[in-house]
Amino acid sequence: MAFEPDVAERLERDAKEIIARYPRPRSALLPLLHLVQAEEGHVSKDGVDFCATQLGITPAQVEGVVTFYTMYKQRPVGEYHVGVCINTLCAVMGGDQIWAELSEYLGGDQSEPTPDGKVSIERIECNAACDYAPVMTVNWEFFDNMTPEKARRLVDDLRAGKTVAPTRGADSVCGWRQASRILAGFPDGRANEGVQAGPESLCGLRLADERGWTAPEAGR
Amino acid sequence: MGALTPILTRSWDRADSFTLDAYTDRGGYRALRTALGMDPDAIVTAVKDSGLRGRGGAGFPTGMKWGFIPQGDTKPHYLVVNADESEPGTCKDVPLMMADPHLLIEGSIITAYAIRSHVAFIYVRGEVLHVVRRLQQAVAEAYEAGYLGANILDSGFDLELVVHCGAGAYICGEETALLDSLEGYRGQPRLKPPFPAIAGLYGGPTVINNVESIASVPSIIENGADWFAGMGTEKSKGFGIFSLSGHVTRPGQYEAPLGITLRELLDMAGDVRAGHELKFWTPGGSSTPLLTSEHLDVPLDFESVSAAGSLLGTRALQIFDETTCVIRAVLRWSEFYAHESCGKCTPCREGTYWYKLMLARLEKGNGTEEDLDTLLDLSDNIMGRSFCALGDGATAPVTSSIQHFRDEYIQHFTSGGCPFDPAASTLWAG
Ligand SMILES: Cc1cc2nc3c(=O)[nH]c(=O)nc-3n(C[C@H](O)[C@H](O)[C@H](O)COP(=O)(O)O)c2cc1C
Ligand code: SF4
Ligand code: FES
Repeated sequence: MAFEPDVAERLERDAKEIIARYPRPRSALLPLLHLVQAEEGHVSKDGVDFCATQLGITPAQVEGVVTFYTMYKQRPVGEYHVGVCINTLCAVMGGDQIWAELSEYLGGDQSEPTPDGKVSIERIECNAACDYAPVMTVNWEFFDNMTPEKARRLVDDLRAGKTVAPTRGADSVCGWRQASRILAGFPDGRANEGVQAGPESLCGLRLADERGWTAPEAGR
Repeated sequence: MGALTPILTRSWDRADSFTLDAYTDRGGYRALRTALGMDPDAIVTAVKDSGLRGRGGAGFPTGMKWGFIPQGDTKPHYLVVNADESEPGTCKDVPLMMADPHLLIEGSIITAYAIRSHVAFIYVRGEVLHVVRRLQQAVAEAYEAGYLGANILDSGFDLELVVHCGAGAYICGEETALLDSLEGYRGQPRLKPPFPAIAGLYGGPTVINNVESIASVPSIIENGADWFAGMGTEKSKGFGIFSLSGHVTRPGQYEAPLGITLRELLDMAGDVRAGHELKFWTPGGSSTPLLTSEHLDVPLDFESVSAAGSLLGTRALQIFDETTCVIRAVLRWSEFYAHESCGKCTPCREGTYWYKLMLARLEKGNGTEEDLDTLLDLSDNIMGRSFCALGDGATAPVTSSIQHFRDEYIQHFTSGGCPFDPAASTLWAG
């Protein structure tokens, strides 16, 4: 089974645009996979075949790439895919406890989305936000300085359809498919939303200003 | 000059810092105009003279790397910015790109001009959606304003810059794995030589630099190589962002000349959290051997940290106090390396797997002192025998923890379990 003709046609237009960005077509494979993930929520057999056709390579070659990268999901995830950082720094700061409590709170099989299809959870590695530990993500937006209590409230709000704002990100989290589409290189026009930096990012700058510390003047 | 020197972080407190307007308001893209009026080779020379060394971990001299790019050849040259930031503990490039993407873009254009490249990529990890948005918008703004595209600022120089999102794989931060990934393959490291400067992306001469390295370039062009070299230490010149995380009162980003010490940084960050004391720390991410409170006064520059038995790495200072079980920390890092090992070579693939199994057993107290020798033996077989630096990095927490905390390992065996309470380490335990 392949994509419906109207879907295929639309995706082919997007695919052409992606491929045109690169000196060689095969470089477009990662964004193309984000694109098909945006369409279906995961990378299905159809998605693999579509990418293979666009690039003139075999489905097996595409599969080999899909299985290498953790962001490509071969089974459906929730509309809101929640990450809990369990790399050492976050784990020690409470990420392990957050994961334990959150997975118990949601119950069921952690590799499946909640029955309403709203939320799935994943243990993620260091997400380059250790100064905000413990860190969580929703569809790859940052939720900083989390606690087990905040984590429970977060998934409750997501499941209840409330507007949920990341700590450093857009004014509200978008859906999983929308996020994947941005990663494929199709902006959603929301770059101006949200803070430019969180308080931790500004610690050194604030202190330097307080104490009158500056970089040297150029002396030439 | 102050103890902190905000340069890369200077604009981060302005609410619209990421916009083109804010950037040009404070003199942004002025360095680009200067650079486009210079001979490309003079830019390479200025960066060489500045003493800038790569900020992505290895500290290779940036100007020298650019100088390896063949000139007068017919192959297209490429610039690839490494924005994969995934080394555990490292958290400087992401806030930089979120707050000030134009600084990176300006640095990229100047670098591309210097190495005579007309196509450049920013390879950004995919798990940072808002950073991707900011980069995409900033690149679009730069095209619109004539800083990218054909005939930039009427200089005759053309450059296409593409924001390319990764898909979750730590190994893709390794420069040659990154190239394979950018070419649309599984991210597995390539055999070196040939180095990317000779045969990189699509076999063409390629410069790969870290975000912070590239973002430092406009300030060098603007203020001069001497200005840059006037900061830092003799062989580790300039400034860098020091990222404090973990058990400190005010974790965050502190930009300072290289050579500052952890004692000074902790003093600025309000010390280890109240009522606790420093136990161990990483100077530059999980792949740099652990240090302890004995090393508070080691100048954080490439030479001094190496002399102290570790590596400066990415200046990712992860601070752990006495509530933290070192075996738990090392086990978790080992699980990370086992998960992220690309599987290409046996020492790393198998070695990290055995690390994981053995440390899990040791943490539960089911080990013997002999196991520590086995772990060290195993480490000898990974270190220097792996195909890329991921394998070497994986040994750092294991060997350094045994070196500094052998007694704590033994205590696990003698008491038949872990004596630590993880709850005491959490953010909410205070
Ligand atoms: C496993 C591994 C992961 C790496 N991850 C990154 C990374 O995320 N960002 C980065 O800039 N360099 C990373 N590096 C270092 C790069 O290979 C390369 O040295 C660096 O990008 C060069 O830039 P620089 O000279 O400006 O530091 C990594 C290296 C290894 C071995
Ligand atoms: S050292 Fe590890 S990551 Fe590097 S090539 Fe070997 S298996 Fe792959
Ligand atoms: S360890 Fe969690 S963000 Fe770095």
